[in-house]
Amino acid sequence: MSALRFDLRIGLRAGDHDFRLDAAYGLVEGGLLGIRGASGSGKTTLLRCLAGLYHPDSGRVQMGEDVWYDSARDVFLPPQRRSLGFVFQDYALFPNMTVYGNIQYATGDRGRTEELLELTRLTAIARHFPRELSGGQKQRTALARALGRRPRLLLLDEPLSALDEDLRYSLGEELLRIQAETSVTSILVSHSREEISRLCTEVIELAEGRVS
Amino acid sequence: MVWIESIATMPLVLSPTVLGFYLLILLSPRGPVGGFFLSVFHLRLAFSFPGIVIAGCLASMPFMLSALRTGILSVPSQLLDASYTLGKGRIETIFRVVMPNMKSGIVAGIVNTFAHTLGEFGVVLMIGGSIPGVTKVVSIAIYERVESLNFGDAHVYAGILIVISYSGVLLLNRLQRREAKR
Repeated sequence: MSALRFDLRIGLRAGDHDFRLDAAYGLVEGGLLGIRGASGSGKTTLLRCLAGLYHPDSGRVQMGEDVWYDSARDVFLPPQRRSLGFVFQDYALFPNMTVYGNIQYATGDRGRTEELLELTRLTAIARHFPRELSGGQKQRTALARALGRRPRLLLLDEPLSALDEDLRYSLGEELLRIQAETSVTSILVSHSREEISRLCTEVIELAEGRVS
Repeated sequence: MVWIESIATMPLVLSPTVLGFYLLILLSPRGPVGGFFLSVFHLRLAFSFPGIVIAGCLASMPFMLSALRTGILSVPSQLLDASYTLGKGRIETIFRVVMPNMKSGIVAGIVNTFAHTLGEFGVVLMIGGSIPGVTKVVSIAIYERVESLNFGDAHVYAGILIVISYSGVLLLNRLQRREAKR
């Protein structure tokens, strides 16, 4: 049975033209789905719809037995009520909080925060602020924070795109390790075919507003 | 809403005497606000220090609102999205994410409002009436000293205002530079 099923129709604007995105898929529990597509193909919009940050025009999103969105029944759960973690492309770390504070904000629990610091190997820099971190450290902090609520779904929006090539490879491996250890069902969005095929168990491609 | 924002910004373009005149009517013992304060709190607002504080706040409100607006817009919307996906509601997001990351906007609002209120003349004169020891403020005192050709005292009072205003602007610029480095 699929852990996550989505079937969404979304109106999009890319540059000067409008187009529609039709995306449907079922993802197994603990799977890592890769979504590839060119810039403006609607990858990020699709993730934002799954997270509840963007309202699709119509469709349905179901996580296990829980319906997060169903246009036919007028159901739309806000992001707070969806069990998910989101790693943003530029990480969106809170500048006023340390690494520890960013993770603690999500967990609300000291033990869980320390567990995540260890999992992501951030314990040594727990008291550093985001402005003092390298790209890789920021990425790991964002990942630890996204895992803070023990989400059922982890959404990763181009998490490696801001890093140089060597770091991208090693942090990709790190991402795989953490995803395997936590067994969280995940979706990774990237424009890189190589990255997607190396990291993901299932792959879909967004082209001309459709899944192929 | 645009019409509320427009009303709040009105003191920027309205003549201080017009604002002061209507505030005097509102805050006088026979006015709706002044009457309420007198009957409920036994507090007289017209020609009193509390009255000029209220009038000063209203006259300076656009400076505070403008600084807060700039501060709020400077917080990236992704920080709010991140907070929502971490299960936090709007109130918690405002207090723990938005406000700490718009500190310079809040300080700018405080400094601008303070400096503007300190130099306020027309509104304060209309509401306070320049009663020595009660409602006479430094800007009115300067005007009275100049009118009586006492330039020495006028220089001293004006100098105090200049020093305070410069210190405020200096503090503001330093804070904004520190924020920009973050």
